[in-house]
Amino acid sequence: MVGAAGLSPGPGAAGLSPDPGAADQVTAAPRRVVSMNLCTDQLAMLVAGTGQLLSISDLSRDPRSSAMVDAAAAYPTHHGRAEEIYLMQPDLVIAGSFTARASVDMLKRLGIPVAVFDPADSLTDVADRLKQMGEVLHQQDRAETLIAQFEARLATFQTEIASHPRAAIYHANGYTAGDKTLASQILTTAGLANIAGEVGFSDAGFLPLEVLAMAQPDTVITSRPYPGGSRSEEIMEHPVIETLRRARPEAAMTDSDWVCGTPYVLQAIDDMVDLRRDLQGATR
Amino acid sequence: MSLLTLNGFSVTRRKREILRGIDLRVGPGELVGILGPNGAGKTTLMRAALGLIDARGHSSLASLNPRERGRAVAWMPQSREIAWPVDVETLVMLGRTPHLGPGQRPSDADHAAVERALQRMGLTGYRARTATRLSGGEQARVLIARALAQEAPLLMADEPTAGLDPAHQIATMRTFAALAGEGHSVIVSLHDLGLAARHCTRLIVIDRGKIAADGPPLDVLTPDLVRDTFGISAFLQVTPDGLVFQPLEVLG
Amino acid sequence: MTRLALLLTALVGVLFITALLVGPADIGPLQSLTALVAGDEGPMTLVMREIRLPRALLGLLIGGSLGLAGAAMQGYLRNPLADPGLIGVSGSAALGAVLAIQTGVAAGFALGLPLAALGGALIGMFLVLVLAGPRGSSLTLILAGIAISALAGAFTSLVLNLSPNPFAANEIVFWMMGSLADRSMTHVWIALPLIVLGAALLLSLSRGLDALTLGEDAAEAMGVRLSRLRLTLIFGTAAVVGASTAVAGAIGFVGLVVPHLLRPFVGARPGRLLWASGLGGAAMLLAADIAVRVILPTRDLKLGVVTALIGAPLFLHLIFRTRRDGM
Repeated sequence: MVGAAGLSPGPGAAGLSPDPGAADQVTAAPRRVVSMNLCTDQLAMLVAGTGQLLSISDLSRDPRSSAMVDAAAAYPTHHGRAEEIYLMQPDLVIAGSFTARASVDMLKRLGIPVAVFDPADSLTDVADRLKQMGEVLHQQDRAETLIAQFEARLATFQTEIASHPRAAIYHANGYTAGDKTLASQILTTAGLANIAGEVGFSDAGFLPLEVLAMAQPDTVITSRPYPGGSRSEEIMEHPVIETLRRARPEAAMTDSDWVCGTPYVLQAIDDMVDLRRDLQGATR
Repeated sequence: MSLLTLNGFSVTRRKREILRGIDLRVGPGELVGILGPNGAGKTTLMRAALGLIDARGHSSLASLNPRERGRAVAWMPQSREIAWPVDVETLVMLGRTPHLGPGQRPSDADHAAVERALQRMGLTGYRARTATRLSGGEQARVLIARALAQEAPLLMADEPTAGLDPAHQIATMRTFAALAGEGHSVIVSLHDLGLAARHCTRLIVIDRGKIAADGPPLDVLTPDLVRDTFGISAFLQVTPDGLVFQPLEVLG
Repeated sequence: MTRLALLLTALVGVLFITALLVGPADIGPLQSLTALVAGDEGPMTLVMREIRLPRALLGLLIGGSLGLAGAAMQGYLRNPLADPGLIGVSGSAALGAVLAIQTGVAAGFALGLPLAALGGALIGMFLVLVLAGPRGSSLTLILAGIAISALAGAFTSLVLNLSPNPFAANEIVFWMMGSLADRSMTHVWIALPLIVLGAALLLSLSRGLDALTLGEDAAEAMGVRLSRLRLTLIFGTAAVVGASTAVAGAIGFVGLVVPHLLRPFVGARPGRLLWASGLGGAAMLLAADIAVRVILPTRDLKLGVVTALIGAPLFLHLIFRTRRDGM
């Protein structure tokens, strides 16, 4: 499930599949494109020309996961099954590298070109993925425009900040984002320090509650609970977390802005800048 | 004084009438042998009299509350169940259960009762042995000792001598007779008519759910009754050594 | 006898303290205990009081519950293979707990979760006793247990699979294997009342279970009220197992292993085995939970995995012996 934890290795973009057969067929602009992944869905919706994108995954209509619910309403959706996608007769399928392998492999065997995108791990990946999507869809100009807008807004965050409040990302099951992740870059760009780095997390992983308590972060950023209870999310209500939150500004992240390496991460950065300002106001 | 009274006592199980119209009274000092062919209802009679299975009619024991009943009668079932490898003394002490209040530890009186029971059954040398590792006959004697330790006025035992060697069969019957001599009463079901004839003061023959005969051994074990109830011929004579009964032939 | 009680109590004490000292946060033993007792608002006190103390307390309570319930069930069924985890009582309790969480009953009021687990355990236990019959021969008992476990497990998985919550499906492992990781004092308070009540009920069975050594007929004739004993057993077991499972998932084999190991030390008396198994169960679960944290500190190794690794070989041994003795 992409995006379930908000931080699970999200898809982003990479180049085309190295499959030479697939590459040959994409010499002309694809006209019937199906995207199979929440993040490629959003990149494709941003970059594709009118009528070029045939169908996207149903997750893109889920407001919890998708930053582009309104745009997604305009496209037919599918459930990621190979047979339903095959019957759409696409001339290009775009999948994330973590998209259901079996379905992707079957589509390849059926002779459909598949472009596989890798997850985005950093903000620079966002621009790269947009560029790659432009190439895949033969929409380089649209992609360049988006990249220019993205980088211009990103540059506005590059201001000097006197102090960096220490923040911890803490999700269901104690899942956190290490300092080499997109989520961590969102924090640092907003002027926050990610405590996962201090305690030795470079990738995403499970941060023991004890370690979190000892690290004493200035703020704990959690995700919003899903409907239907779960034990995994209960940990976000643990007395330790409650104590850490007490009398301090806190934040619940809007998952859809964090999940994918798309320009919507700018909104996540905006939210985190607000949080930092709250924190700095509180400490003064 | 009566230790057991049954009036108009009937038992029906799975819509089949197993016992009907039983009237019975056992006073102190009796050693009663319950006889009858397989399936006659001997076990059912005893269990129903105790209130362990439902019955119609009156039973003086079944109408007691469980704790009072535990002090009025000791019951030794036919199945010789010893579920856990406990030692003999512990097992015999279980007979004191009805005498102990909740959470109460066994008193000196309880230990003395256990001691008497072990002595009566010749088990004093066995007290520390693990009950489940004993032979079948030894286990039977331990279980009799357990029932004796209960020291109730009435002892009911279902085939207590099955599986015992001749010496222990006789010793067991003598123990029961001694209890009867002390004013207790004992009701035992038996298949060994010779043993019953020799040791019991009274025999009750059950046949097809009814009492076929009730009285002293010599009056009960008539050739007619032995033929009609058990389908055998037998030798019966009063000798200087007491009453002798020996089954002879199966009758066609 | 009392020496055994002292020994077990001392063992539980040592393991409890050790459990308080083991954890991913790097705090010295002396510092830990000072922080626990003194309590300044610092992070160390937070770790000790809100993470390690509830974890150790739950290990104590739940281990004791499972050991006690196992001993009681074995005593009643006169079968050393009985164990609340093995015969599906824990699994049914887990189903009750999962339903409570999914329907929002657990969030609605504090006792919703343990009461739902109690209900599940009651139903599971009732079904097993009905299927296995009063004397519970080994074969029917195990077959009944497998059937109830499988059914409860399947329903639990179904509920979690259908949950709108993406994390729920991954929790099947927790409910089947159990864990004490990151529980809080809230969980202690949730479980405590039912565990105390259930344990009191089970410990009151001591004399009746002793008498049952001679079989149901003999026990009943000695004044043991069997129907009341059976009801007390069902409610007591369901209460302790239900409360335990509600907060820690289904932890297996404790109720099997502990009575088996301790039986020789109490002269095989089912009554004495009750409290001995309670203490022994607490010791075993505390030790297993320490092992979980020491062996793979960075992974959330499930507690039930460790108890199963210890318990399963012993279970096989018991089955072979039962077969040999022709039970």
